[in-house]
Amino acid sequence: MSPPVTDHSFVEFLHEEKLMGSKCAACDALFLPPRAFCVHCHRTEMNWVQMKGIGKLTAFTSIAIGPPFMIKQGFDRSNPYCMAVIELAEGPRVVARIEDVDALHPENIKIGMALKVRFLPRDDLEKGVTPLTFTPINGE
Amino acid sequence: MSKKRKLGRGVALVGAGMSPFGMFGDQDSKDLFVEAFQSMIDSVDRGLDPKDIDAIYLGNFTNDYFVQQSHWGAILADTLGLVPKPATRVEGACASSALAFREAVFAIASGYYDIVLVGGFEDMSKQTTEEVAEGLALAASPYERQAGFTFPGVFGAIATAYFDRYGATREHLMDVTIKSHDNAPLNPKAQYQRSIKDMMASKIERAKKQGKPVPDWNDEKQFLSDPRANPVVAWPMHLFDCSPISDGAACMLLVGEEIARSFTDEPLYVVGLGQASGRALHAADDLTYFEATRFAAKEAYEMSGLTPADIQFAEVHDCFSIAEILHIEDLGFFKAGEGYKAVEDGLTRLDGPRPINTSGGLKCKGHPVGATGVAQLVEVWEQLRYKAGKRQVRSGNLRIGAAHNLGGTGGTCTFTILERR
Repeated sequence: MSPPVTDHSFVEFLHEEKLMGSKCAACDALFLPPRAFCVHCHRTEMNWVQMKGIGKLTAFTSIAIGPPFMIKQGFDRSNPYCMAVIELAEGPRVVARIEDVDALHPENIKIGMALKVRFLPRDDLEKGVTPLTFTPINGE
Repeated sequence: MSKKRKLGRGVALVGAGMSPFGMFGDQDSKDLFVEAFQSMIDSVDRGLDPKDIDAIYLGNFTNDYFVQQSHWGAILADTLGLVPKPATRVEGACASSALAFREAVFAIASGYYDIVLVGGFEDMSKQTTEEVAEGLALAASPYERQAGFTFPGVFGAIATAYFDRYGATREHLMDVTIKSHDNAPLNPKAQYQRSIKDMMASKIERAKKQGKPVPDWNDEKQFLSDPRANPVVAWPMHLFDCSPISDGAACMLLVGEEIARSFTDEPLYVVGLGQASGRALHAADDLTYFEATRFAAKEAYEMSGLTPADIQFAEVHDCFSIAEILHIEDLGFFKAGEGYKAVEDGLTRLDGPRPINTSGGLKCKGHPVGATGVAQLVEVWEQLRYKAGKRQVRSGNLRIGAAHNLGGTGGTCTFTILERR
């Protein structure tokens, strides 16, 4: 049986290394993070769809002063981290951290660069922290 | 969707005041609000007997979290000696008191009340910077928070999208900051009382006195480009792109139009109102504008029959420098992609054709979040009544001013147009 369309299920899928969205059975609108209620046609019959996990960078920032759970992971002014809005190949956008970019020199990070998903292992995560990150696709 | 809306009864503004904004370790929400209330009463030309107030609408965002106390409507009604008058607290993140203002307008327009007190307040400075950041992040979308975004980070990402689309650079953000710092010293209630030039001079002076290496900044942009003077917070947002942590309160008196002249010969009239909701960062198709600002502006222009060209000056929500650039485009003052050029050309300076944030803006007047929406309207009130002192807009015969307030990362936006007749 397909799990309920909730944020909880979305995160459980991420722990299984699956990036899943919801697709409206009536109008085909695709949502990620998933929505149980279609904001286009206002119906509620949704199906889970797996994303390929590739996309491109549409906006980003390099954060020097993060929230406590990021500071705990060792991020600070001398070790900032890159947060981004990523447009997936299938269309929806997600917010996630970008790894393997030089966040100390954000002027070198380019909008439009190709990215692929990288799931963080559950054991390394504090409760409530998302396992979803992205990295540049080789050659970028 | 688009329907011309109007008030069932005209509503006038007959008094407005605010506390100084700043970091006041020895004052809490009650103290600050009493100060704003007294300042408002002093502004009512023919006087106000507080007993005549029918109802109170208040905006506050974070007191439940920061000072572990809710139920502020009743607390302030009691503090002001207005019991048993009804008091309603409204929450809309950094737009809380603009929403309270709208509710007060509707309460009068409905004919139910005649004289309504509306205000906003916030008490932020007793927290550490990290605690304040956590508190404000309550207004971000849950997806952004869990992923590791901060408020400055969201606006930093918006800036990169805007830069990429239109070719603007960090230097244009600096133009916004320099302007705000030039205006604020002309506002006695502003948190920051020094221009960037003054700050540079005093830092150079201090270095000389202490025998330390003297910085070699030639102009304001060199100062703002120096990472020691202006460190990065969430690139490209640096310290001087961000509004500060502030305490403060503001309030005003709204009345039915037909009784306005029993309070003053110079009432202002609420001619345009707009409010809209926006999406989370990931759910917006385009990050180079605020959908909710555009919608709120459209509603207010349609209601008033005015166009962007009619707005002689405005306070806009510059929680971060990039936000001011987007908003002056979204409000129709400048075309999309041309706001940064307008700022660069000085069009939004106090002596320019379209002064923006004459008060010093959130950046320099201060941003006690729940007070901001009403405090912006206090500035419009002072300007339209020629009570703005050294920062008085001098161009033309002032008749129409406006204020734009934003909550969260664009989740709530309002636009309010006031007119002097």
